[in-house]
Formats: sequence, C-alpha cells, structure tokens
Amino acid sequence: MKYVTEYRDAALVKGVIEEIRRTVTRPWTMMEICGGQTHAIVRHGIDQLLPPEIELVHGPGCPVCVTPLELIDKALAIASHPDVIFCSYGDMLRVPGSGHDLFSVKAQGGDVRVVYSPLDAVALAQQNPDKQVVFFAIGFETTAPANVMSVLQAQRLGLKNFSILVSHVRVPPAIQAILSSPHNRVQGFLLAGHVCAVMGYWEYPPLVEKFNIPMVVTGFEPLDIVQGILQAVQLLEAGEVEVANAYSRAVTFEGLKPAQDAINKVFMECDRKWRGIGMIPMSGWDLRPEFDEFNAEKRFDVESIQAEESPLCIAGQILQGLKKPHDCSAFGKECTPERPLGATMVSSEGACAAYYKYKG
Amino acid sequence: MTDEPTNIEGAVCAPPLTHNEQIVMGHGAGGRMSHQLIQKAFLPAFQNPALNVGNDAALVMPDSRQRLSISTDAHVVSPLFFPGGDIGRLAVCGTVNDVAMLGAKPLYLTAGFILEEGLPMSTLQRVIESMREAAEEAGVQIVAGDTKVVQKGKADGLYITTAGVGVVREGINVSGANARAGDAVILSGTIGDHGIAVLGARGELGFESSIQSDIAPLNHLIEAMLDASPNIHVLRDPTRGGLATTLNEIAAQSNAGILLDERTLPVHPEVGAACEMLGFDPLYIANEGKLVCFVPHEDAGKVLSVMKKTRYGEGAVIIGEVIAGPRERVLLKTAIGSTRVVDMLAGEMLPRIC
Repeated sequence: MKYVTEYRDAALVKGVIEEIRRTVTRPWTMMEICGGQTHAIVRHGIDQLLPPEIELVHGPGCPVCVTPLELIDKALAIASHPDVIFCSYGDMLRVPGSGHDLFSVKAQGGDVRVVYSPLDAVALAQQNPDKQVVFFAIGFETTAPANVMSVLQAQRLGLKNFSILVSHVRVPPAIQAILSSPHNRVQGFLLAGHVCAVMGYWEYPPLVEKFNIPMVVTGFEPLDIVQGILQAVQLLEAGEVEVANAYSRAVTFEGLKPAQDAINKVFMECDRKWRGIGMIPMSGWDLRPEFDEFNAEKRFDVESIQAEESPLCIAGQILQGLKKPHDCSAFGKECTPERPLGATMVSSEGACAAYYKYKG
Repeated sequence: MTDEPTNIEGAVCAPPLTHNEQIVMGHGAGGRMSHQLIQKAFLPAFQNPALNVGNDAALVMPDSRQRLSISTDAHVVSPLFFPGGDIGRLAVCGTVNDVAMLGAKPLYLTAGFILEEGLPMSTLQRVIESMREAAEEAGVQIVAGDTKVVQKGKADGLYITTAGVGVVREGINVSGANARAGDAVILSGTIGDHGIAVLGARGELGFESSIQSDIAPLNHLIEAMLDASPNIHVLRDPTRGGLATTLNEIAAQSNAGILLDERTLPVHPEVGAACEMLGFDPLYIANEGKLVCFVPHEDAGKVLSVMKKTRYGEGAVIIGEVIAGPRERVLLKTAIGSTRVVDMLAGEMLPRIC
C-alpha cells in the first residue's frame, strides 16, 4: 500500500533503531503524547526493539479516554431522548458513564449511530427533519476541523435540528500540565503528527523554552516513530533544546491555516476536565456564544449534570505517564476491554487496551 | 494558556459495565462477549458432551457405525444483497461449512424463514434462487423448511436459519481441540473480504470499493485436503470475530499456543486500505469463505499444494505454527521482528476515531 508499506519496511526500521543504539549513552524517558502513536508502538512491538536506555511513557493523547465522565453522562441523557438521533465516533459507545454506556442506551431503544464523519450527522439531520440530530464532538485538534465544519455546514443549510455536544481538548496545555507536575519524569516529547498537521508546531517553542525540553513532531508508522525517537535522542544527547520536525511529509511550522481559521471561528478556548487527570485550565475548546443554537448542552438543558469519578483505577497516573498499565493490580483481572474499569482500557487508543491487546 | 501549575486531581475511574442485564450488540459479534453469553446462559442449561467440546458443529454417534456432524446457523445481514453474495448464499454456505469443518461430507440442510410483512416477493425469489445455486454447488439438498411472517417493523426484511447434517469420513478426527505443537497453520486465502464488502454495501465506507464477499461452500476444498492428508488436526472457518478470534478459540480448546508470522498474512490491498482508513484490523474482520487448517508439519506441503489447485484455496499460505507455550495464547511475530499478543475480539468491533 503506497505511503504505508514503505514506512513499515523492516530493514529501514532496524537501521534507524541501530542508529538509536549507536547514539544513546544514558537513560532517557520520553513521552509519545498521542494515543494513536501508543497504539502503533505496541501493535508493531517497537518498544521491544529499542535499547533499554529508552523508556517510552504513554501520554494522555486518547480523546476517548480523557473525555470526562460528566460529559458522557450528558451524552447518555441526550441519547435517551426519544426524538434524538445521537451520532458518535465508534469507540465512544463503550465508554462507561456513571451508570451505563451508549450501548445500553441503544439496547433500551435509543437511536445511537456510529458515524465516520460529523458531516454524516449533518446529512442525517437533513434527512430527518422531525428528529433532533446530535453529534458527540470529541477529540484533539485533529478532529476539530471536521467537527467545526459540521456546524458551519448546518448553519449554511439553515438546519434547526442539528447540534453538537463538545468535548474538545488541546495538546499544548496537557504538555504544560505534565511538565508542571512535581512528579514529572518526561525528558522529551514526541509530538502528535496529526495534531501538528492541522495546527503546525508554532505553539510549542514557548513550551520548549519554558521547560527546557526537546520535542519532535512524529508520525504514526513504525519508521516515522523510530525516526522521531532517534531525533529526540540526538537532541537529548547533544543537550539541544528545540522543536524538530520528523514528519515533514505531513507537517509544516504554520499548519493548515484554513483549518485553524475555521476552528477559531467556531470554537473558543475554555477550561476542560480530563478524565483521570482533572481540570486543566484553558485546555479545551467549546462553541463560541454566537453558535449557541448548535450547542447540544444548551438545547437539551443538560448543563447542570455533574458526575463524581470514583478512585478505583490508576488511569489518571497512566494518562500522565507516571505508571504503566502492568503496574495496575486490576489490569487484565477486574479490568478488561469487556469490563473496563477505566477509560484507558476502553478506547482502542487507550494505553491499557493497547497493552491488553498486544502484550497480554 | 495559563502559567499556573495545574492542579492534578489524581486517579479517577468509572465503575465496570458487565452488560448482564440486557443483550447488547456486542453479544452477537462473535468475540469474547458472545463466548461469555454461551458460557453463562446456554451451556449450563443444555450441557452435554457433544456441545461442551465447543466446535461450530457437534459430532454425534447415533450408533457405533456412523459419525454425524450437525450444525445450525442463524443469518441476519443488512443489506440482504451485497457484492459477492446475499443472505441466501450465506445461509447455505455458513451451515455447509460448519458441518464440513469436522471433516464431514454435508448432505442435507433445513431452512427456516422469518419474513417481514411487506417484503417484496421478488426479493424472496432472488434469495431462494441464490440458495438453490449454493446448495447445488455444495452438493447438498434442502430437505425441510418452515416459514413465519412477522408484522412490518418486527424484522429487517428477512432472516434465515439453516441446520445441516453430514457424515464424518472414516479415519478422520478433526476438532478445534486437536492442535498439537509443531502443527503448521494454513490459511486458505485473504482475510477480511466479507466484512469490508458488507460495510461497503451499507454505504459506510465513505469511499468506493470493489471488494467482493468471499462467501463460498468449502466442503469440496476440505474433501481434497483430507484426500491429501488424513492427519489434519483442526479445520475452522474464521467468520464473525475474524481470524484472531478463531485462532484464540482453537488455542484455548487445544490448550496450545499459536505463533503467526505477520508478513505471511494475506490481505487484499483494498481491504488493507479500508482498514487503515477506518481504524479496523483485518485480523478481526469476518470471512465467509476461508478456513484455517492445522496439520502436522510433515503433511503441510502436500495439503498446501492441493489447496492451491482448488477454486477456494488458490490463495492458501502457511501463516504460522503451533507452539508448546505460552498456552492459550496467539502471538504474532511482527514484520519488524518483535512479538506481540493477538487477542480475541472483545465486543463489537468499533472504528477508531483517528
């Protein structure tokens, strides 16, 4: 497959790993921020091939995992409404709220549908004028352009029966939170290539400067990932602190200006709770007031729903890179993908799910 | 962005969901939730030696001379017609294959039809004609049937249940519990074609695809394989839950380990591309015309070469081997040389967000 096969070439990957071995002289701890990268690392077993000096810790970059409990409860309340068609990306259906999940709502007669694009939800709203169509707009910067396009499209079409439930999060404030933690062990970051494809990487030099830590924009195929690790090791070994781009076939410094403009037109920064971590100031996006009519929280009067998360699993510490899934006593026992205790086991991008699936 | 250190609240979690109270779609996906449903709801009530073995068909011996393979399969698919097949061909091939996977020659099928009020007669005729063709190809007769009609809205057009019976060859002992260390694992062709073809027919891919379902009766292929080697240990068709789930079932039934070589797994380029775009793994996608065969290493070459000469086995390859341990695990040697676990499908296969 073009643009995939060549980035999974075993000889090339091994060559880069050899280069990492030659370069590394002491232990380094680095974090891949993106859940998609965590998944690729474990799926391809990249961590097994790295020299023991390199420790990868898995970051909070799975949008499904970090969606806060109370927002899922809001989603469940809206989806249970008889006149609602509730649309979601697939892997959100299995995430438990306080009492149940979207699968349960569906089993009880709720009209819950998996869509591959928010624009599919807009089309459903057009086709079903007597129904309220709600899209669960979760994600990092990667899904934001498509999600805001659904709002702009609905506005252009004059739809009165379309709204989105927003739980958007942003990478830079999460990195700031991790680096500000007194427990931080991370010495270098692999930045999320797809996030940077949209946003560029102009947001990161101030963080690099403030925390004196190198960051490398990294892609998702095995060769991309080992290349990102190699560049991070080279910077760390040389004591150089900068943002490097190891994913230049997709990412520029500026990013996609039209996408950023669309995001800024529809969204504004806001404080956001992260499941397992807690409140991170100005770490989310929400709809601007001028788009209130597309705000599902307001349309369905669910703003007052609150939820308390119970301290049973260590998802929060895993999301912050403080612990690995195997460090959890419930891992693979009380907590499995069928009976997830925590969000990191629920999503296929979650670190625990990736470990369970590929490492056993 | 603020410069204030963030207040980290610490570990938080949600209570587990057991889905014991009601049926959810995951119970029908063929993965671990389906297994748990069988274990908890059906086995305690019905248990008997033939059922407890856990194969897709039961081996029964009405007298000391004959061994029969019996199976049944319920078919629900939307849409009813899709590239490469339809619910009728599925209903015949699904049961023919389950019966044949014990090393049996399928002979007779029965068919039960649940029809939704308003179903066009022409649709039913097309399905019946397709069943006739598939039965003819497989060399089985549909010898009994039943029809029920339910009110509009109480079914999705048409459901078909088939049951089948066949005679197990003499001197053959094929079961999911028979895998032994040293066996070669042979796969009859590309994986994931059926699942992706049906998704495409539902309009859920968001892009054009020319993938055809692989639905096929595999009994003639199996006959040729057993002619080549009576020592075949395991035959199974990796349907719902995909190859990964089927291999995990066999590893558990046989108390053995399985080691796959990722580089050998045959995936049609279009199926691979669809999976990359949607966040699916071909290992978990349904097939309806493929089988896996476990055979002692020394017989693997002749079985493979016979398979390659048949219509439904021409893409056959050796994908791995049975290993002594770790037991009840499927491992995969990745293309870049590492090793990872291949787990069973959990519940429903869900497309990933990005």
